[in-house]
Order: sequence, then structure tokens, then C-alpha cells
Amino acid sequence: MTDVLTPPAATAPEPSEPQVRDRADVRRQVKLLMVLGIVLLAEIWFKLKIDDPQVSHLFKGPRTLENQPVEFSGTPISWTAVAITVVALLLAALNRYPRRVGGVVLSVLVGLGFYGAFLMWAYADPSGAFAPAITSPIPGTIRIATAIVFGALAGVLCERAGVVNIAIEGQFIAGAFFGSVFSSFAVANIAAIPIFWCPVFGMLGGILAGVGVAALLAFFALRYHVDQVVVGVVLVAFGYGITSFLLGQIPSDQKATLNNPQLLETVEIPVLHKIPYIGEPLFGQNLLVYVMYLSVPLVWVLLFQTRWGLRVRSVGEHPKAADTVGINVNRTRWQAVLLGGVFAGLGGASFTLNTGAFDKEMTAGFGFIALAAVIMGRWHPVGAAFAALLFGFLQNLKDQLGILGDKVPGDLLSALPYLATIIAVAGFIGRVRPPAADGQPYIKSD
Amino acid sequence: MRLEIKGLTKRFGSFTANDQIDLVIEPGEIHCLLGENGAGKSTLMNMLYGLLTPTEGEILLDGAPTDFQGPGDALAAGIGMVHQHFMLVPVFTVAENVMLGHEKTRGAGILNREAARKQVRELSERYQLHVDPDALIEDIPVGVQQRVEIIKALAGNAKILILDEPTAVLTPQEIDELMGIMRELKAQGTSIIFITHKLREVKAVGDKITVIRRGKVVGTAPPTASEAELAEMMVGRSVELAVSKENKIGGDAVLRASNITVVDPRGHLVVKDVSFEVRGGEVLGIAGVQGNGQTELIKSLLGLVKPDAGKIELEGKDISRHGPRQSLAEGIGYVPEDRSHDGYVGSFSVRENLVLDLYRTKEFSAGPALKLDAITANAKHRIEEFDIRTETPETPVASLSGGNQQKVVIAREFSRPLKVLIASQPTRGVDVGSIEFIHKRIIRERDQGTAVLIVSTELDEIYALSDRIAVMYDGRIVATVSPDTPREQLGLLMAGATPEVSA
Amino acid sequence: MAMSPTPEAIVPDTEPAAKRDVSSWLPTVRDTLLAIALALTVGAFLVIVSDEQVIDAFKDLIAYPGSFLIYAGDIVKYSAEAVWDAYSALVRGAVGSGPALQRTLERSAPLICAGLGVAIAFRAGLFNIGAQGQALVGALAAGYVGFTYDLPAGIHLVAAIAAGLAAGAFWGGLVGWLKATSGAHEVITTIMLNNVARFVVLYFLAKEAFQKHNSDNLITPPPMDSATFPTVGGLHLGIPLAVVAAGAVWWILDRSKLGFELRAVGANPDASRTAGMSTTKVYIMVMAIAGLLSGLAACMTVLGLHQSVTDQVVGSVGFDAITVALLGRATPLGTVLAGLLFGALSAGGLGMQASAGVPPELIQVIQALIVLFVAAPALVRNFGRIKRRRTKKSSVETEGAVA
Repeated sequence: MTDVLTPPAATAPEPSEPQVRDRADVRRQVKLLMVLGIVLLAEIWFKLKIDDPQVSHLFKGPRTLENQPVEFSGTPISWTAVAITVVALLLAALNRYPRRVGGVVLSVLVGLGFYGAFLMWAYADPSGAFAPAITSPIPGTIRIATAIVFGALAGVLCERAGVVNIAIEGQFIAGAFFGSVFSSFAVANIAAIPIFWCPVFGMLGGILAGVGVAALLAFFALRYHVDQVVVGVVLVAFGYGITSFLLGQIPSDQKATLNNPQLLETVEIPVLHKIPYIGEPLFGQNLLVYVMYLSVPLVWVLLFQTRWGLRVRSVGEHPKAADTVGINVNRTRWQAVLLGGVFAGLGGASFTLNTGAFDKEMTAGFGFIALAAVIMGRWHPVGAAFAALLFGFLQNLKDQLGILGDKVPGDLLSALPYLATIIAVAGFIGRVRPPAADGQPYIKSD
Repeated sequence: MRLEIKGLTKRFGSFTANDQIDLVIEPGEIHCLLGENGAGKSTLMNMLYGLLTPTEGEILLDGAPTDFQGPGDALAAGIGMVHQHFMLVPVFTVAENVMLGHEKTRGAGILNREAARKQVRELSERYQLHVDPDALIEDIPVGVQQRVEIIKALAGNAKILILDEPTAVLTPQEIDELMGIMRELKAQGTSIIFITHKLREVKAVGDKITVIRRGKVVGTAPPTASEAELAEMMVGRSVELAVSKENKIGGDAVLRASNITVVDPRGHLVVKDVSFEVRGGEVLGIAGVQGNGQTELIKSLLGLVKPDAGKIELEGKDISRHGPRQSLAEGIGYVPEDRSHDGYVGSFSVRENLVLDLYRTKEFSAGPALKLDAITANAKHRIEEFDIRTETPETPVASLSGGNQQKVVIAREFSRPLKVLIASQPTRGVDVGSIEFIHKRIIRERDQGTAVLIVSTELDEIYALSDRIAVMYDGRIVATVSPDTPREQLGLLMAGATPEVSA
Repeated sequence: MAMSPTPEAIVPDTEPAAKRDVSSWLPTVRDTLLAIALALTVGAFLVIVSDEQVIDAFKDLIAYPGSFLIYAGDIVKYSAEAVWDAYSALVRGAVGSGPALQRTLERSAPLICAGLGVAIAFRAGLFNIGAQGQALVGALAAGYVGFTYDLPAGIHLVAAIAAGLAAGAFWGGLVGWLKATSGAHEVITTIMLNNVARFVVLYFLAKEAFQKHNSDNLITPPPMDSATFPTVGGLHLGIPLAVVAAGAVWWILDRSKLGFELRAVGANPDASRTAGMSTTKVYIMVMAIAGLLSGLAACMTVLGLHQSVTDQVVGSVGFDAITVALLGRATPLGTVLAGLLFGALSAGGLGMQASAGVPPELIQVIQALIVLFVAAPALVRNFGRIKRRRTKKSSVETEGAVA
């Protein structure tokens, strides 16, 4: 299948460029064809498995007497999905699959089509008497993704400065614990803080814990040049251990004052939350979610538009070059790691401030998903945020489909974010290039 | 600005890299610092630039002593440096690289990129540097990258500019351009410290020459001094630069490459339709400036990268699809261009490195197990034969000197019967004594009938070894000439002039 | 990606098999002992600040600063008592009695096996964080063969072990294959495959064929007796197998062609490739061996201790294995010693909880700290140096002097 065109022997005085098709390009095409082929087969299979295409949706708020599910036929959606995929497949076969923005748009369309076709199959032909309705994926996605986005921002900041942060999970667990303790403590013991602001005090606790773990990471990685992956792994174990230990040390009579956090309240943003369909789920959220919305562009501006960001990125790409123009490499890395700690701590706090009392190992590996989002998002804050949303979306999908019973294997669906990451780092989604000095300690010779 | 260095000394542990160096740089002069690899030139400059702290001695600027804590201080004092390995962030634009460290902002820390672009454009025009402020560093050629480094230094208002081995990566034409730029800078009042080990360049552009050997200043000379005089000062004895050998016409073609084309992982064509043959008992030298496809060409010969088109034959047998394991087993000896990267495993002992590609032969293994005794005996034998200076066979290769590291690689590759020897930069970063030794061994290998292919960017080496010279430029072999071709003509070919023009 | 630790980062001396000078190991041993002492000190501090008597005495001290000496004395006394109680319980729980010793060995064996899996991967330059997932799928496979098929005694055991090893090797080999063919970084793929393994196991546990009779719980039946390790004096025979595994890993690393290749690839993959070695083969082989060893660890638990398979059956052996390998400096002997230490700490932690009321999580903290301190020898030496400086002012550090 190597379609190599050999030119006539280059004896002509004007040397002609030999025509060779780049192998990477061939590989890209083969991968595209494979993926699109599988998608197409799955979509057709979904369609063929449907006996009765009638499904219902409930996109406007919860089910009430006035707000009843709306029935519609899934057939057009299934066929549209198939049509989009066929077009994409043809383009790929002719090696005319668009690149850059066009490619992203087409891929997103294929993805949405697949999601639609999958939903039509999943919700059609209900097994029980009660037909579940398709509901909006947005609220659940946002709720789950909040922590992942924060963790991913922390990862982006650290890794852009050249410090690998495997310890996001450790920052999460510490942030969750101290978020709960601070919020609970404020409610029970500090009368000066109004109830609404107690969880904000909890956010502060999360930040302190996140920064604390970040400081340990920086201390060992930057001051003592300990391998960053090793420090990260150990800090996760340390975080799990110390929070479990401290949890065990809270006497049962003090649980109420130390591990009974006041939760964040929903704050509706005027005007915006009135937008039909998406307003309520996006802008009827709590403070932490809004902080998350703002953090993504903030980190982007910091990294790409400010003096500090330029220096951070130079230190992550070519620390020696930064040093030779008078930038203090390790100080800059310390700053980036500690700032990352702020975000990771907020992410950790969201676990307890959204759901309640701290429990052992409650972050359940989300820190590692955040790490995966950093890579999927190619070390870019906006990309990482979208990757985090995708993971939140998949996790939420599994929760939503739980009511459908055995039709969809929920456990395998839960494994999807992890599989997606493996596929991403294996290069199916294009080359990912980390900052050049990621993970390398900067040791000045004296 | 007048720079004076008094009694500057730098020790690393028990090793003295610089010993009581005295030096004066007058304003507006080009001062050449001449010395072999490892003579201590870079250490001296790194102290001057604040990267290293001197153990003893002082640096005076216009008579005032300095105390540089880091490069930032040196920059502020008006000392700029163009490093041998460029200090540029590849994924940044030219303007971003130039502004890094002294960024102009619009307040609140927001970068003012427009100001940086303007500065680059101005400096580029003033010194005729032709640099686009918005180009990404990784997309521009090394010659232009070097000009970016110069702009960087000038943007920091450097009054003294240190150029550390700036010509190593340049074509003869680019070297001429650089010298023009240096004269222009001098005319506008900048002093330049020009570090090199190339005699010709020193004579062409220097106002004053200081020679350094083993960390000490061994003398100064005017640019009118002869090359032989300078070489003797640099090395410490009179040097016989040519290897005594007879040129030979080889026998039958042993290695034949036809229409080799290689595309690199970034999708660039790096080797374009290259054909040549190497005959038994001859040395074919491939001359060319670094980065013209030589690296990829020889990697494809060994099978480290598969050629995207073309055919490689060893004694008539097609080996284009062979990997390195098969190619080595077929009798190809391979000395890679960058020994620490591809030639040896630094943390492995001399003993282990001497069998790095032989451990799997019957001599050194039985089934899945290694024959440790045979490996040890081999090490003793080779260390003696190749005069490898190592404390014990168990010493890690990383702790040997460059010359001895290269001898380990050479000893290993020469310790089995070869049909073809491919050696790239066989004496790069090697002391003069080892150069002579290695060159002699290569010629002896040739005389035994082996087909030898040498790739080198050093014309001296090419002339010393080759029976025929092929010149590579921009991924092609532009000409194959005899070793009595004049140097100037070879230089033109290396710069891409077509043979018709130069003839 | 440059986030892989180089073997040198943790292996103190990568010189080969030939006679090593004993004295070259002394600094390593000293640093390790210092790290353990330092970690135990921090642990003691945690025990003290969470001891109620100490806290009460401290409160009194604040309340009645006039009686400073009395309450300060109380604090010291109660602190000493608390630490003594905790650590003596720890020692008793680990080696104080026959059953304690048995528990220590039972816990050490899987740690050693999985630790060897992490260690051998280290030597090939791969950071195998995936022992957890490899052990989990190994446990499922070994358990399934163990409780499903009815085979004669010896054969059944061998079949169950083989299934566990094969599953672990497959799960590990996958990582090597991904690394070799696409360059996918093993730290990422192993972390992800750990999670995938958990969900794969949960998926199977939901199937009827994997559940106990008349039960919908996510737990399998225990393996049949014919598929379990025979016991001698209460100890199952899987334990000596861990020592055999360590010997095998030593032989591979120091005496075999594969070991030569994998150490070379670990130290310099480019030079290895140029020397005709296949990095693809090495990555796949070494990760398969690593997975196989993790699978063996799972067999120790499932077939050695008659455990039913759940998604928690291997505990955190895969993560502890990382710390064991790091503490053992990625050498077989070091890994065995580190495995024994951590097994003892783990068994002792139970005793500590039972008789001194200290949560067993303290052990997890101490283990993490030990590894952190071991990985930062300069820090530990700083502590040592402070003491030394008081007595002698002469010692000049020359580390890192070679530029």
C-alpha cells in the first residue's frame, strides 16, 4: 500500500524533488479509515437493532405535571449520523479529509452523530413498562467536570513550567479533606462568617491544602531534584494516607463540627440563566463552577499573554536559554507549581463542597483523569478544559444510562475516559508534544 | 568598554579548568580566543557571562571589579553571548525570544509584542541581518537562528559580544556573512570575543589572538602569524595534520546505494535521490555542512531508518529492508556521528560497551545466557590493543575522556571482520593524539580491503582520509570529486554551487 | 515525553554483575536506614499530636502557663508513652509471635513479587505504575480457573497460576506494545490501564458465571482447595516462590542476553537501537515479565490465602509495589528486603490499631515518607550533617563537583 512514485533518474540539470508520500500521512489516513469504519458499522448496528424508533426527551428541567417528556421518532437522527459518517469516510478514502479547523468541526460532527445514534438505540424499545426520557447531559457533565477542569489547569501550569505533576490526585484528596474541615469549622465555630460564605471558607481550606501538596512537590522536585514522577506517585500515597489518618483522628463527637461541611449554594446568573435549554444548566450553578468558567481564560491569558507566562513557558521548553537571559528557572517553576496548587486545591474542595462529608479516597482517581485531560488537551488550558468536559460527559453518560438496566454495560462505559486517553497518547489523535523540558530538573553547574 | 580579566581560576573538585587567566579586551576590537576542544575556552566565557562563579581572580569592566551572580548581571553590565548551542526556545517566535528576560509590557504584565517586533525589525535593518520577527525558531535555518542570537545580545545593549564557536554549523558562505556582520558590529563600537579552534577564521577577522591550552594562556599572537605557528601554540607540539597514505583506486563496489530518498518524521525530504558506490579498499568521504542529509543517509544505510525510496546493496544483495541487527551481522561496521547519543551506553562499563553489538554472537553468549568470562577477556584484549585509557574495565564509559570514549566505539566496531565501515565524524571532540590514532586505524582497515565511508564536516579530515570525495548539499550528492580538488572549490560545492559553475 | 525516570535516578550503581565492592553499598544502606528513621520520627510526631492525653496536657499547659514545668513534663511523658505503645505494638504485630510472623510473610510475598515487576521495568527505563491493574486481572483469571474448573489437585493449581500469570503478562505486555509501536508513555498508559482493569473486573463480576450461588453480590466463590497452595506449618508455599522469582529476576538482569538488552535500552535506547537491539522486543518482553510478576503477586493472595475475587482483592499491592521497588533501589535483593519491611509494617499496623488504637493509615504515611526520603538522599544527609557538624567541622561535601 505504499504508493511511492519514483521519479525518473535525476540526470536533468535542474534537480527535481523526488515525489515520496510521507509515511506519517499514510498512517494518518489508515487510522482515520479504521476509526470511521468502526463508527459507521456501530451506527448501522444501532439502527438495525431498533424495533420501535419512538423515544422521548425531557430537556426543559425536571419532570413535572406540566413538563412531560416529548415523544419523537429517532429514525432521522440515526440516518443523519450514518450520512455524516459516510461523507467523512469518503473524504478520508480520497485523502481529502480536512485539516485544522475544518477537520475538528467534521470530527465533532461525526462524534455528535455517533452520540445521537447511540442514544436512539439506548433509549428505544424500553425493557420495562416505564420508558425513561432522554435528559440534558449538561448539568451532570458540568458537575463532574468541575474538579477535572481545575486539576487539568493545575497540570497545565506545572507542566508548562517543566514540572510533571502526577500528584494532582494527592492535591485533590487533600483539598477535599481540608475543604470539608474549613467549611464545617466555619459553620460551627466562626459566627462572624455568614452561612453563605462558609463553603467559600472551605474553598480557602482547599486552596491551602492544594498549595501545601504543591509545595512538597516543588520542594522535593526542584530543591532536591528527586524524580518528579516518583515524587508525584509518593505524594498521592501520602495524601491518601494522611487524610485517612486524620479522618480517623476526628473523634465521633466532633464529626459535626469538623466533617459536616456547609455545601455551596446555587446562584443564578441574571439574564444568562434564562436562555432556553442551556441557560439553567450552565448558569444556575454554584460559585465554584463560575470560578471554573473564569479560571480557564485566566490561565490562558496568564500563560500566553503575560510576561510571567512567557517566562514560565521558556522555563518549561528550554530552561538553560531562560537562565542565560537572567530568568531564575527554579523560582519561576516554584511560582507555577504553587499557582497550580491553588487550582488543584479548588478542584479538591469541590468534592466535599458539592456533595458533603469527606470520605476516604473519595476522589476516586479523578486526579489521574485530570492528568489525562492535560495530555488530551495538549498542554493547553482551553484544550485541557474541553478534554475535562469530555471526560465529565462520558462519566455522566454512564450515570444517565444506569437507569436503562443491562442494555449498556456501565462498567465498560466507565472505562471509556481511560481508554480514550490511551488511544490519544498512542497517537491516534495526532502527535502530542509536551513541553521540551517537562520532567527534567534544572541543575546549574557551579 | 574595556574588559580586563585578572588571574581568573576555576576548579571543579580537583580538576582545574582555568588556571590564572589574564586577558584584556580593548573597546571595538575583535579578540580571538584560540584553543583545542576542552582547553577551557567555554569555562572562561561562562564565568565572564555569569553562568559560573570563578574560584579565584577578578573581572574588571572599565577598571571596576564586577561580581556577577548570574547571566542577568552580565547582561545588565553590557556583556552579551552567542552560545555554541543556541539558547533559543524553538517553539517561540523570533520576537518572543528576543524579548525574553527584558519584556516590555502594556501594564499589568501583559506582553507588548508589537514593541518587540519593532525592535527586531530595527536591529535587523541596522545591521543587515534579514530576520523576520514573526518566524518560529524551529522553522528557520541555523544561520538565521544565529543572527537571532546576535539580535538578542544587541537588544540587551551589549557592548561586548562573546561568540562561542559560531562557525561550526555554518556553510562557508554563511561564515563570510558572519564575518561581515562582525566587522559591521566592530565599526559601530562593539567589542567581540571570538572563540574558535579554526585557524583560518582567526586570521581572517581577528585583531588580536590569545591562545589557550589546558586552561592556561600560552601566548598571544598578531593575526599575521602563520597557521603552523598558531597550531603549534594550540597543541603544544608541531602537528602533522596529514595522515601518510597512498591514494588508491578501489576494487569492486561493495556497497551500492541507488536513488535513496528519506523523509524525516516531520514530513521533510531530507535525502533526495542519492546514488553512490563504495569500492573495497577505498575511502569515500562525504563532505558537507551539518544538516544536509548526511545523518539520515547513513542511518538509512544501517537500517535505522528505512529509506522511503531507493535500494541499498551489499555485495549485490539487497539490504534496503534490513534493520541494524541484520546489517551489523552482514559485516557493516558503524561509528555514529554522536557517540554519547548513539555510540555507547554511558552508565555501562567499558567491558560491556565493548560488546554492545556483539553480545549476541556465539563468542559471547550461549542460549539465553551471557558468557561473562569471554566478555571480560575481550575487554582486556581490546583495551590493550586500542590503548584505551581507563582505570579498570569496569569503569563507566561516561567517565572517560572524549577520545577514549571514541576509542571504545572504534575498538568494538573494528573487532570483527568488516565488509563496509561507515564512520561519521569519527574524531569530533577528540584530542589530537587520538585523532592520529583513529585515522591510522581507519586507513589500516581500508588497506585490508574494507569499503570505507567517512562522513565529516571537517574538510581537513575529509582531505586526510578520502580517496574520493562526494559533496552533499540540501539532501543531494551534488558532486563526486578527487581529493586533489582545491579547497575553495569544495567550499563552493558545500554551499550548493553546481559543478558546472565552479568548474 | 521526558517524564520517565532514568534508571540511574533510583539505581545507585548500574555497574554490572562483576564483584561489587561491599563498601560501595555502605552509603546506600546508610541513606536507607536514615530515611526509615526519619520517616518513623515523623510518624511518631503524628502519633503524639493525635494522642488525647497529650492534647489534654497541652490544653492545660495553655490554660495554666504558671504550671509550665508540670504540664510540659506531662506532655513529654504522655508523648513517650504514646510512641512507645504504638511502636511496640507495631513490632509485636509484625514479628512478636508465630501468627504475627506468618502474617508478615503472607503480606510480604505479594509485595515482593509485584515489587520485582516494578523493579525490572525500572531497569529497562520504564516506570511501571500498572502493577495494580496487572495484579487485578491476574487475580480474576487465577480465581476464575480456581473456582470454575474441577481438575486434579496439582494440575489445577498449576493451571490457575498459569492463568493468573498469563493475564498479568498480557495486561503488562499491552503497555510495552503501545510504547514500542506508538511511543505512548508508559506512565500514562499504566495509570489508565489500572482504571480500565478495575472496570473490566467489575464488568465480569456482574456476570453470573463469576458470582457465588444465589448471590447477586460482586464477589466470586473462593478457589477450590485443589487450586490453592499447599501449606507447611501454616505458611503457604507461594511464599518461597517469591524468593525464587527474585532469583530469576537477578539471573535475567545480570546473566542473560535479555537482561543485557533491557539494561542497555533502559540506559540509552538510541545507542541500543544502533547496536542492533530491538527496543520493541525489550519493551514488550520486560512489561510482560513485569505483568507476569504482578500476576504472581495476585496468585499469592487468591490462591495462597483462599480469597474470593472482588475488585478490592489485591488491596493496594500494585501501588505499594512501586514504593517497595523504589526503596529496594530496583535491585532484586533490595526489593526482597523492602518487601519484607513493608510486609512487616503492614502486619504490624494491624497490631498497632488493635492494641494502641492508632489508625493503620499511619503505616501508609510512613511508607510514603520512607520512599520520599530515600529518593532525596541529599535531604536526608542534611539531617545527618547537622549532627555531624556539631562534632566535626571539617567534612567538605564534594558531591556534584564534576561539571
